[in-house]
Amino acid sequence: MAEERKLRILIAKPGLDGHDRGARVIARAFRDAGFEVVYTGCHQTPEQIVSTAIQEDVDLIGLSILSGAHRYSFPRIMELLKENNAEDITVIGGGIFPLEDIPKLKAIGIKEIFEPGAKLDDIVQWVRTHVKPRKAMVA
Amino acid sequence: MSIVDQILAGDVRAVARLLRDIDDQMPSAREILKELYPHTGRAYILGFTGSPGVGKSTLVDQMAMEYRKKGLTVGILAIDPTSPFTGGAILGDRIRMQRHFLDGGVFIRSLATRGHFGGLTKSTNDMITVLDAMGKDIIMVETVGVGQDEVDIANCAHTTVLVTIPGMGDEVQAIKAGIMEIGNIFVVNKADREGSRKTVRELRNLIELGLRRLGDQHWEPPIIETEALKGRGIPELMDAVERHRQYLLENDRSQWEAVTQKRAKTQLLETLREEALAELLRRMESRGVSLDDLVRKVTARETDPYSVVQDLLQCELR
Repeated sequence: MAEERKLRILIAKPGLDGHDRGARVIARAFRDAGFEVVYTGCHQTPEQIVSTAIQEDVDLIGLSILSGAHRYSFPRIMELLKENNAEDITVIGGGIFPLEDIPKLKAIGIKEIFEPGAKLDDIVQWVRTHVKPRKAMVA
Repeated sequence: MSIVDQILAGDVRAVARLLRDIDDQMPSAREILKELYPHTGRAYILGFTGSPGVGKSTLVDQMAMEYRKKGLTVGILAIDPTSPFTGGAILGDRIRMQRHFLDGGVFIRSLATRGHFGGLTKSTNDMITVLDAMGKDIIMVETVGVGQDEVDIANCAHTTVLVTIPGMGDEVQAIKAGIMEIGNIFVVNKADREGSRKTVRELRNLIELGLRRLGDQHWEPPIIETEALKGRGIPELMDAVERHRQYLLENDRSQWEAVTQKRAKTQLLETLREEALAELLRRMESRGVSLDDLVRKVTARETDPYSVVQDLLQCELR
């Protein structure tokens, strides 16, 4: 009998940014929401993040970034997902972003940006509403 | 290209998705597994088990590096616990394996126990089938951090490495039944810590006293001191695994047959148990008998679990 599919999420920190408290807090909130969270730690390159997301078959990538390097890393991640036919994976960001960057990030396909002050419950609710586990493959 | 062909060709995305379908018990995954099974039996399966924090992930990372240097491909299944309250999990074993993320010769998958006891997940054996079919030479399974009684890995791997660290309990811990009986190789990791020699000595005494796997009397489990983070002891561990593999293959391969048969039997019984239970419940419900009603009757002491099961079997399996 098929069980209910579990949502799988990758929480990753791209680039030279060692401040991972936020990433850990959100990973834990997702855990408490009943999701399976792959956490890979700090200093990830876009290539590593996309490779992990594919091997782990996640439905969602949550990028935590405080360094300002999102202007490089976010577009690169979206590009790599496309190159690997993995655009179906939803990508969201959390951290500190200049206001004028947010529309640009959304324009390249980042589905949502959560800034400081965002409530954990709201983030979890957003995920429940917008991200569904993908369908089984057909043999 | 069919999904089966994609898997056999080593397509990472297809493999990753199939593993998910297997984990989620999708009926379609069963059909694909049927077609993959004839293509398996080539990979060498290596299990790493031990308490939380002894360094299993770091050892697996180092061993993967060594196998890659030999030109072999590696599949890794790393298991972490599921929360018994929320069903969620944080899977963090990959943190120790980052240098392999961009190596096409290494496939890593993090798994959550999802309520399964025994150190593995319900679907670990089926996932090994997939990694084997995709052509990985070495498959390393890192169990969830275990206590005393999680010994499934012994029925799954060709070689089981039991990892401990200095100062983990006294000699009485080591003569208890369970986890200490399943190591083909013992590793004392973090050997730079105080008490490492003592731990090695205690383990050696126990092995001399007969701490061996039943039916494995001619293999003397080596004890290897390692500092996984620095790579110390890794060549010795590689060597020990190779010697154990040779041991399994010598003398008409009778040991090898025993290990592979045990593995096949486990997989067969697990599948039977799962499918038979699902089928019984399905038939029961289609007759209009509800599990909840039966539970109520048992709770109220109107009947007992033994009679219910007996009736069920008589009724459904006629």
